[in-house]
Amino acid sequence: MRNVNGGLTVRFTLNGEAVEIRNVPPMERLLDTLRERARVTGTKEGCGEGECGACTVLIDGAPSVACLVPTCQVDGEEVVTVEGLAEDGRLSALQSEFLAAGGAQCGICTPGFLVAARALLDANASPTRAEIREGLAGNLCRCTGYQKIVDGVERAAEQERAGDAG
Amino acid sequence: MIVGSSPPRLDGADKVTGDAMYVDDLQFDGMLYGATVRSRQAHARYLGYELDPDYDWTDITVVTHEAIPGGNYVALMVDDQPALVSDLIRHPSEPVVLLAAPTREQAEEARAHVKLLVEPLPIVVDLEAARAGAGPIWGDDNIISHLEIQKGDGPGCVDKALAEHPDAILVEGRYYTGAQEQMYIEPQGIIAMPWGKGGIEILGSLQCPYYVVKALAQLLDVPAAEIKVVQAVTGGGFGGKEDYPSIISAHASLLALATGKPVKLVYDRAEDLSSTTRRHPAITWHRTAVAPDGTLLAMEVDCAFDGGAYTTLSPVVLSRALIHGVGPYNCEHAMVTGDIVATNTPPNGAFRGFGAPQVCFASERHIDKIAATLGRDPVALRRQLALRIGDTTLTGQTLETSVASDEVLDVALEASDWDRRRAEAEAINARGGVPPADPIPGMGTTGRLRGVGMSFFFHGAGFTGNGEARIKGRVRMEVRPDGQIVIYSASTDIGQGTRTVFPQLAATTLGVGIERIEMHTPDTSVVPDSGPTVASRTLMVVGKVVEDCSNALKARMGFEGGDWDAAVDAFFAGGGDGSVELEYQTPPHVEWDNETYQGEAYPCYAWACDVVEVEVCPDTYETRITGFWSAQDVGKAIHPVLVSGQLEGGSLQALGFAVLEEMKFADGQLTNNRMTNCIIPTALDAPEMDMRLVEAPFAGGPFGAKGIGELPMDGGAPAVLAAIEHATGLSLDSLPASPEALMRAAAE
Ligand code: FES
Ligand code: FES
Repeated sequence: MRNVNGGLTVRFTLNGEAVEIRNVPPMERLLDTLRERARVTGTKEGCGEGECGACTVLIDGAPSVACLVPTCQVDGEEVVTVEGLAEDGRLSALQSEFLAAGGAQCGICTPGFLVAARALLDANASPTRAEIREGLAGNLCRCTGYQKIVDGVERAAEQERAGDAG
Repeated sequence: MIVGSSPPRLDGADKVTGDAMYVDDLQFDGMLYGATVRSRQAHARYLGYELDPDYDWTDITVVTHEAIPGGNYVALMVDDQPALVSDLIRHPSEPVVLLAAPTREQAEEARAHVKLLVEPLPIVVDLEAARAGAGPIWGDDNIISHLEIQKGDGPGCVDKALAEHPDAILVEGRYYTGAQEQMYIEPQGIIAMPWGKGGIEILGSLQCPYYVVKALAQLLDVPAAEIKVVQAVTGGGFGGKEDYPSIISAHASLLALATGKPVKLVYDRAEDLSSTTRRHPAITWHRTAVAPDGTLLAMEVDCAFDGGAYTTLSPVVLSRALIHGVGPYNCEHAMVTGDIVATNTPPNGAFRGFGAPQVCFASERHIDKIAATLGRDPVALRRQLALRIGDTTLTGQTLETSVASDEVLDVALEASDWDRRRAEAEAINARGGVPPADPIPGMGTTGRLRGVGMSFFFHGAGFTGNGEARIKGRVRMEVRPDGQIVIYSASTDIGQGTRTVFPQLAATTLGVGIERIEMHTPDTSVVPDSGPTVASRTLMVVGKVVEDCSNALKARMGFEGGDWDAAVDAFFAGGGDGSVELEYQTPPHVEWDNETYQGEAYPCYAWACDVVEVEVCPDTYETRITGFWSAQDVGKAIHPVLVSGQLEGGSLQALGFAVLEEMKFADGQLTNNRMTNCIIPTALDAPEMDMRLVEAPFAGGPFGAKGIGELPMDGGAPAVLAAIEHATGLSLDSLPASPEALMRAAAE
């Protein structure tokens, strides 16, 4: 829907809640809409050109780099950011296993990794370590050497499988 | 015991929920956005600027060097770097004019409408030409700093040894490592706000809050007490946020003072890559007289480090480089020399390792060359030459304790099953390489050549020589009436885990649960100066002061375990003072002569051995690192998960340096200034890492811990090149081992 000044009104679901953002310029990046307008700042900017994955969000379940997605494109869709990963105000298995394994150091890449890992585990509940690396290859981390990130996702997958079984 | 266990990092929950607030996440009422207009020329006379008359400047504030109340320089070591150019441009990203605007977009847009008037001058960017005096563009010889360290016969020692030992062999080499970007994933950024009467508050992504205080007090000509610097959660540093944040803080402060409003100055990736510091490109020359039995009779090592346009921290980088110049090996006679050379490029600076990775690359490649020349096994030769207890380092320091050379070699070689793995690689290559039926994506279809290589290295922990005695790092701890204990320290957590391990040290020393301990945010208006967060010193040196403060509190309260709350109540009922502030006590034995560079360069060294397996495609010359085993001596693992995470992360930075990371320049300007072309390893480039912790305790560190922040950066690259040589027979003396470099070597 076009507003008087040429901006758009965009409605989507953000972490389970309906949001309406008005006066969105046609090429505004979803990353800026989330961070500057919705003030949901867990999604980070490391490069602004789709390379680092720090801005990864789920759009209708698919991992997407929010720095390359125009906000108007998510009209009517479901967007999940790192803020949407906790369950009932508590860390999800993915978050707590990732943390316990040492997957977060400086933490700036962590939101992107967690969101990408969520998509990975939703698609494959028992990934091998090689598949985890493959699934997270769009995200850069400079602190960890990835070893403990892979450990964390592997442990989370085990937990989730155990949870499903039990 | 909380020390030695691995609780989830205490700042971790905020990091996995997205609650942690980094500088770009913070907003304030009325906040403006800053932008920096930079030179494009590498060397030019600056004549002034013009604002586009057709652009609407109503909402834009423009600031130049004329707005600086104090001296126009960034106070660090030598006052040669201006905060904003006034007359001479010396590198292609120099800040000249600052802008502030109500939105990021406006600031960005306005920047394109400022024109700098310049008169180009001849540029000098080649390191060897600069060292030979081209220009000159800095002083009368381009030499920012020169240093020499002698041992035994010193100057001329190699020729002397060759003359005295007719059977000695001369082995020579020239080794090159290029610039390397820290590539913290959070670009640099600062928010400055007017504070108090004429003062400034800084909130930012930074390692060394008190460096910023010193720089701003000078620049703004106000007492240090009127500068308040607070660290925001910081998305990595690796040395890159040691000194540059002082420059961004200077710029943001000038804009905040000019407008009376908070100003956010956050770089985008391209600006960060083009303008901030990187690892110094370096050339290292080795000349060694070797006895037929492998004894190093005499070594001459000479280094040229590209300092860039200003002094910054480079003399300290050179110092650390030269001290590590001959590696962890015995050699009776040595002459180690080096220069920091000025060029018309942005100043190079601190990056994990601080000069050691460059010289370690050279000395490890050189030891392999010596082994090849003598037909010796590279491991056996290293075992023969390794420093052990009772041996004497380059600076004449006799190692009395905490040497782990044998342990790290034993553990890494065993973990990697070195002998079997080497033999297997040779057998595979003899059969035509790893069969194409076992594909690695992107690696061609012919048999890949496999190779296994290793490196052995050490890294001095803490500041050099009497540095710690000069800095006198301080920590304060307070027990509150509710029983909580607060640690006040300027040591920053940039991901390494300070905010977790300091509480572990305090909790264990006091004998209370870790949930009793809080760490105050590094805020210079509240925390004492613990010294900078650099040089692998935070845990070993500042952590020691945390331990000392904890012991002092415990003694004062007479607490011997048992009911902490009851002890706290009794203490305060008796009018006790719950606050202790102490400074670092240098171990008594440290003797160091800063003139001759003789004595105890470091209170202890950390030791390590890396083993790397690679596969090289014989068609494309692409290298994959397929295995990594390492044993690294940490003294005592206070938090095994955090410390091995540090070692793995540092090791991958070293492996990236070896095969992929390359910064390219044209006329001093970085040409690959994007993450898409200035690449670092992904999870697919990284091998599985088998990291083994070795503990050779250092009595001067808390619970025996020693500094290891930089250690893992030193040895990866030479181990990779040794593995490539084992696979292909191609011996490279420079980094990175890109397909182009290997192809060139193969053609020779
Ligand atoms: S900020 Fe979007 S991928 Fe880097
Ligand atoms: S934890 Fe720092 S970049 Fe990944």
